[in-house]
Amino acid sequence: MRIVKIIVLVLLVAFVGIQFIPAERNQSDTEPSTDFMLVNNVPEKIQKKLQVSCYDCHSNNTQYPWYNKIQPAAWFLEDHIKEGKAELNFNEWDSLSSRRKASKLRSIIKQIESGEMPLDSYTLIHTDATFSEAEAAEMINFITQLKDSL
Amino acid sequence: MSKLKSTLGIVAIAFITLTAVSCKDNKKEQNNTEGNHSEMNADEDHSKMDHDNSDGHHDSDKKEMAMSGDGDSELILKDYFNLKDALVADNNAKAKDLGANLVTSLGNLDISSNFSDTQKIELKDIIEDAVEHAEHISESDIDHQREHFKILSKDVTDMVAITGTENTLYQLFCPMYDGGSAWLSMSKEIKNPYYGSKMLDCGEVQKEIK
Repeated sequence: MRIVKIIVLVLLVAFVGIQFIPAERNQSDTEPSTDFMLVNNVPEKIQKKLQVSCYDCHSNNTQYPWYNKIQPAAWFLEDHIKEGKAELNFNEWDSLSSRRKASKLRSIIKQIESGEMPLDSYTLIHTDATFSEAEAAEMINFITQLKDSL
Repeated sequence: MSKLKSTLGIVAIAFITLTAVSCKDNKKEQNNTEGNHSEMNADEDHSKMDHDNSDGHHDSDKKEMAMSGDGDSELILKDYFNLKDALVADNNAKAKDLGANLVTSLGNLDISSNFSDTQKIELKDIIEDAVEHAEHISESDIDHQREHFKILSKDVTDMVAITGTENTLYQLFCPMYDGGSAWLSMSKEIKNPYYGSKMLDCGEVQKEIK
């Protein structure tokens, strides 16, 4: 019983301790002029879907869930966001060349088609981020048009 | 007292779970960094190896280079053809390694000389795009590798249009894969990298590149 108490105490201290380690927050007030929505003529419905399903990890602005205030959840999120932005940052869209844009759009189409994106670990909590079949078709249609118009 | 015990129990379970989660995360992170490390090491090794190769290559090539363009782009083509052959053979693991090689050889392309400013800009763009696809190929399953190989093929084709090549190449075309997809080969013989053994002979010669 003493050992259990000691273990619990250690864990408690550790848990409280890691709360003081700050996580980098992905937040920005400025909307860059290179943003995907600004430079492309994006229908409102598509805009909303992109915002809800993609922008949290693929832009400079994340709508954080409540559990981001708790470690280690915050680390997990930070990791995902970093990775997502490295792969594709919608805010910096127009700084890409046509060749790179075409490549990215292709990947977007493929990943929505295969259901790879949005990530399961993301839609688990953000249930509104999932694509219904109709929404996926609509998005793919729009992205394909955009790619063909490059 | 028993109340205290059960509360303690609950708290303990909660924290053990949380710590377990955090440990898993950390482990994953560690694995990742370790993975990256070994990848980086491998890359370094590659570049070292390539360097050694290309050193020899360069020396003998240098005289040639003045006449026939760029030795580095030939190395890229060599890696590209090896990758193509791995995909033809349905060899996912080998294609991963070759994708990593290609990342290195693409990065080694010297665009500082012999090209006009617009060509330099375009080459830089091509390389940047191609590197990303090669990176994906180095870490994906074979279906993904083939998807990326399609765009990589376009990048390499565009690169050759600028750098030229000392060999005769063929642009082959499979109308079936993803609405029609092209690839490059040293030979006219059709061996389809997009389907491999499933449909090895799908395709036709589209163009001869000299």
